[in-house]
Amino acid sequence: MVTFRHLFLGAVLIALPLAVEMPGSNTAEAREQIRIVGSSTVFPFSASVAEQFGRATDFKTPVVERTGSGGGLKLFCSGVGDRYPDITNASRRIKQSEVRFCASNGVTDIVEVKIGFDGIVLANSIESEPLRITLRQLWLALAKDVPTTKGNGGSEGETEPNPHQKWSDIDSSLPHSNIEVFGPPPTSGTRDAFVELAMEGGCKTFPWIVDLKKSNNAVFKSLCHTIREDGAFIDAGENDNLIVQKLGANPNTFGIFGFSFLDQNYDRVQGSFIDGVEPQFEIIATGNYPISRSLYFYVKALHVDLVPGIAAFLAVFTDDDTWGPDGYLGDKGLIPMPDEERRVWAKRAGALELLQM
Amino acid sequence: MTDTTEPTALLTAIDLTARDARVRKRHRAELRFRGYGIFSIGVAVAALLWLFTSLAVGGAGAVYTTYIKIDVHLDQTVIDPDATGDAAVFAKASYQSLIRSGLRNHFPGVTGRRDQRALNGLVTLAAPYLLRDIVLDDPALIGTKTGIWILASDEADLIARGKGTKRSTKSRNDGQAAWIAELRSQDRVERRFNWQFFTGGDSREPELAGILVAMIGSVLSLLVCFAVAFPVGVLAAVYLQEFARRTWITTLFEVNINNLAAVPSIIFGLLGLYIFLNVLHLPRSAPLVGGLVLALMTLPTIIIASRAALQSVPESIRDGALAVGASRVQAIFHHVVPIALPGMMTGTILGMARALGETAPLLMIGMVAFIVDVPKSILDPATALPVQIFLWADSPERAFVDKTSAAILVLLGFMVLMNAGAVLIRNRFEVRL
Repeated sequence: MVTFRHLFLGAVLIALPLAVEMPGSNTAEAREQIRIVGSSTVFPFSASVAEQFGRATDFKTPVVERTGSGGGLKLFCSGVGDRYPDITNASRRIKQSEVRFCASNGVTDIVEVKIGFDGIVLANSIESEPLRITLRQLWLALAKDVPTTKGNGGSEGETEPNPHQKWSDIDSSLPHSNIEVFGPPPTSGTRDAFVELAMEGGCKTFPWIVDLKKSNNAVFKSLCHTIREDGAFIDAGENDNLIVQKLGANPNTFGIFGFSFLDQNYDRVQGSFIDGVEPQFEIIATGNYPISRSLYFYVKALHVDLVPGIAAFLAVFTDDDTWGPDGYLGDKGLIPMPDEERRVWAKRAGALELLQM
Repeated sequence: MTDTTEPTALLTAIDLTARDARVRKRHRAELRFRGYGIFSIGVAVAALLWLFTSLAVGGAGAVYTTYIKIDVHLDQTVIDPDATGDAAVFAKASYQSLIRSGLRNHFPGVTGRRDQRALNGLVTLAAPYLLRDIVLDDPALIGTKTGIWILASDEADLIARGKGTKRSTKSRNDGQAAWIAELRSQDRVERRFNWQFFTGGDSREPELAGILVAMIGSVLSLLVCFAVAFPVGVLAAVYLQEFARRTWITTLFEVNINNLAAVPSIIFGLLGLYIFLNVLHLPRSAPLVGGLVLALMTLPTIIIASRAALQSVPESIRDGALAVGASRVQAIFHHVVPIALPGMMTGTILGMARALGETAPLLMIGMVAFIVDVPKSILDPATALPVQIFLWADSPERAFVDKTSAAILVLLGFMVLMNAGAVLIRNRFEVRL
């Protein structure tokens, strides 16, 4: 039947030009646009700058991928050349092991740029009272195992599975509602940062646990970093907008997410006071808010001459109109560094000063 | 003393009473069953209607966008101080300051850093570049003071639609709402059709974000997917079904193909990452690679559906063709395959529809990305519709909620188009037995 042949030939005809093009791509000339990978927390900021950079300069708009901090560093460290990304975003500092992995693939010259801070907030619906909580109470509410009451404040290290069902079980000043907290999944960088800053911070308020860190680090980590699994902490997936919606639906629940989502939803949710500090833009910028982390990106110095526009991109990113207190990244929820720190990092980036570790 | 000796009487008694009751019971059961059926369909229709209404209501917000008319003094001393008349000089001027002073002239009472920031936040972040393009298009405007329609920011757009959000600085939005109200009273606020949404690439500013890159990426990926998966899948199915002898090897193949159809799609992404990027060195984020990965993913579905279609062709067709002297190949390609083709197409379309909605395998090959420039070939970086939906749904800016709804509608539209195409092709090839 002719008609069938037509269809079949059609498919082959589409395939033919593709097949011809394929080998050509191997020897394609140098890449025209910057390629950025990495953290999904830094992604919105990085994409914003990429877009403005594309608009303001004659260079092509960089392509920004969302791979997560770890995934991004892995791609970044895989090698030097066209096929590998030029910049990777990270919501934590590069690790020693990653620097070594980079070096083993020839990626030796890395420029580190710190871009600002991200606050992690505990929030609830504006229909409820704002919560005032200490890191210690927060850890007691969310840890899998907590010190037994007799060990509480004492030196002896006995633990039991977390018995606290209501917030008020921990301290009578806290609300008389069930502990129900929506948070990010273990794959998320926000979760890592929350565990490291909030959980460990609260855990370390027990002197005997601090001593434990020296004597048995593994036990210390599992005690401080393990979040309870009995339903009080609910893994809400990667989508922070979803958490905000759930908080609106049930005023007795709390959620953990990045500051930019609080910033965009002040008509629905409010941030809890942690150790007496409110998560506000200006306050987080002073560095007094306990759960905030630094955000970075890393640049391959060897690519600066290979891919056009990297130096210009660095200049745009470290401009005060971008990352300063009045810059547009602030509107997107990035907490700027203090003036002096910004000046130092901008200078390092401009001079392509290499990371020493 | 028993009446079982009266068989006919007994029979009629059973017939009249028991059968009647049982018939009624059966009728009731049938009615109930129909009721269940109608109920299930009702639930499905209601769910679908609810989905479409909420999407349409949300999506409508993305289709229109707000413009604000501001009197801007296109000062010659700012744009072209040396009166060169050179477009390159115009392009480098600071349009930011022109727009800001224009806004200040409208609201001279606004002082203080924070309030001025809020005022400047009425127009989009890209406003200076939009104004630059206007000037480049019509250099005669330089030196004049004209009312220029400027794209409003996402926040101003939400306020104009009565959906304002509160930001950390609570006064910010109250001020903006008052300014918008005043501009509106002077007929300086207008809602226009948002062409940008259909003709632009992604943006971090909701008012500028467009879906074109994602649409092109999806179309190119699916073309590649079809071009690879359809011929390979159909030929594999024909060979396995019609030519291959049943041995343990073919059984092994069969089992593996069935298993592959159920493998999570991310695995195909990993496979694609390894084969196409690491070994063949194809470019990252390219629709070519996306299409190849999706083709790997849809192949098992196509093969299984095609084999089932071939199996359902009556043996008599083959026998008849062979009987009048056709070769095996002729019998199969002239007679069997055309009859099986509608079934094969259905399988292909089902597989491609699934491919259209996939994000997981695309993550591995770099298509989950922020891409502004429109791709010109299958080797240029592109993203795909479901990826765009995922990225927007995860953005903090409230205005992206509407964009997400609109993008979902576009994806559904695509799906309907593909299915309609499948029905058309099927009718075209339908062979009456």
